Amino acid sequence: MTCSLFHPGLLLILSGLLIPFLSGTKRTIFVLLIPCLALLSVWSMSFGSHCSFNYLGFELTLINLDALSRLFITVFSITVFTGSLFCCKQASSKELAAAFIYAGGAMSVVLAGDLLSLFVFWELMALASTLVIWSAQSKKSLQAGMRYIVIHLLGGVILMCGISAYVNETGSILFTAMQPDSIATWLILCGFLLNAGAPPLTAWLADAYPEASFSGTVFLSAFTTKTAVYVLLRGFPGTELLVYIGLFMIFYGIIYALLENDMRRILAYSIINQVGFMLCGIGIGTEMALNGAAAHAFTHIIYKALLLMSAGSVLYMTGKHKCTDLGGLVQSMPVTAVCGIIGALAISSFPLTSGFVSKSMVTQASVDEHLLWVWLLLQAASAGVFLHAGIKFPWFVFFQKDSGLRPDDPPLNMKLAMIIFAIACVLLGVFPNLLYSMLPYEVNYVPYTAAHVLTQLQLLLFSGLAFFVMLPLMKRTLTISLDFDWFYRRFGKVLSICILENLCRLQTKINRSLSGLILKERLVNKLDIQLSLGMGMSMVMIIFIISLSYLLF
Amino acid sequence: MKQNWFYKKTSIKKLWIGAIVVLVLTILAEIIITLHPHFEIEALFGFHGLYGFLTCVIMVVFAKVLGFLIKRKDDYYDM
Repeated sequence: MTCSLFHPGLLLILSGLLIPFLSGTKRTIFVLLIPCLALLSVWSMSFGSHCSFNYLGFELTLINLDALSRLFITVFSITVFTGSLFCCKQASSKELAAAFIYAGGAMSVVLAGDLLSLFVFWELMALASTLVIWSAQSKKSLQAGMRYIVIHLLGGVILMCGISAYVNETGSILFTAMQPDSIATWLILCGFLLNAGAPPLTAWLADAYPEASFSGTVFLSAFTTKTAVYVLLRGFPGTELLVYIGLFMIFYGIIYALLENDMRRILAYSIINQVGFMLCGIGIGTEMALNGAAAHAFTHIIYKALLLMSAGSVLYMTGKHKCTDLGGLVQSMPVTAVCGIIGALAISSFPLTSGFVSKSMVTQASVDEHLLWVWLLLQAASAGVFLHAGIKFPWFVFFQKDSGLRPDDPPLNMKLAMIIFAIACVLLGVFPNLLYSMLPYEVNYVPYTAAHVLTQLQLLLFSGLAFFVMLPLMKRTLTISLDFDWFYRRFGKVLSICILENLCRLQTKINRSLSGLILKERLVNKLDIQLSLGMGMSMVMIIFIISLSYLLF
Repeated sequence: MKQNWFYKKTSIKKLWIGAIVVLVLTILAEIIITLHPHFEIEALFGFHGLYGFLTCVIMVVFAKVLGFLIKRKDDYYDM
């Protein structure tokens, strides 16, 4: 085993285990220092494979560094740093520890050069992210976390089946680009897509993330879906199916966010929407598109974390999360409002913000490939993003009717974290080369042309007009929207209760008639046989009921 | 309590006027700035503005209609 350099992912995982033993200033310094070390180590490492060792006859490679993985590790480290700054004084040690292990798992997946170590860290991420959700320590977060982990373990099983079949087929565990042309690669693709929030199992994201604590959601938004984007970028570039899945996710996110009343759930739906853009880029598959998808993942992590910090600050200071209870907060929370608005402008890809320089690459790739329909839908979606996240979130939280709430801006560390990310959003937007120089392929794209800026402004400003013209149609109501999770939260429950009741009834009937038989034929020799038959039947039924209830509850 | 600038009737009116002026300007700017349409449809005057507006109206109306089908009270799953 040769492992001379230290592994950023394992560093975070081990530090996560140490966090519960620290408190106060020591803990703050520790959680801020570790992500800096991770960043430093990844930038001082040379490209190529490190940390390879033999395990059960397989050659595992824990670090396979190239421009793409370095890009993701960079943004993950920055997010851990700013996320930790955001909650270093407020969050419980449990949550911070879980968040570090979760982030470390994500980094290790990104660095993994083989499918086996990728899988191990993939599952670690699922477990640690569930702990982040549970750290909110409310009944709702407990239930949502349980649903979340069941879905992710299912994804893990699918992925493991795919990997086993793949290794069996090819004899190699190397993680390279694949084609979905065999059952093995299809299963791997499905496992990856489940974490990206692809249909049909899309509901887990908007179900679970908003139930985490005010700070937990910030961490959650960054890693699971973006790691999925990373593995798809590496494993399935140019898979046409991803364009259609991406387009579905884009519009699904917009429509559900428009219907939503919970501010953090609006942002959770918009994660699915944004990941849709990335999948479209991966599906188009040209160098420009893949660069676009990677760049968009980078900028998205930053502005989405910023938006969730802004929403988290509102939640922390007011204890409220429903748009119907909020409004008018710009008057007493100016820093939170301004940072939230910068995040909202960035997600809408306004010129001079980070979203503009990254999302445009995906749209441009569709133009270069002459995909008129894809381009038209992406443009409509860009307008829709401004509608559902760009205006809706700041409008209903910081403006609209005056709710009478006058909370102050959050404590200094929370404000600082938001300001850092707000500056990052603008910096990347004004100096796109900072980002472009880190991308996997050479960039021959100039985002700032007069024509591009003008058309983008037209698109966005007129969708803003549509928002205010249609405002009466968007009155907030105290409602939720049914989603695929209805099948396992309501339908499954009703179905299992119904089946159980009928089975119990049937069993009572059988028992009754059997005991009648037994009484009648007490003296007949057949007695023993029938008695054991009746017992056997009951046993089978009980086992059936137990396994059914185990499956459904 | 002093009313915030954003909530005064006069400032709301000013904001609307300002917004409409900006919207008209972004369309008129097409006269000076040469666009490089790639698809035929892009060459229509003011296409991006119109397209952004119309698609957003469609999405809001679609969401509204879908809402009738899938919206439930927010304690639906707690029952």
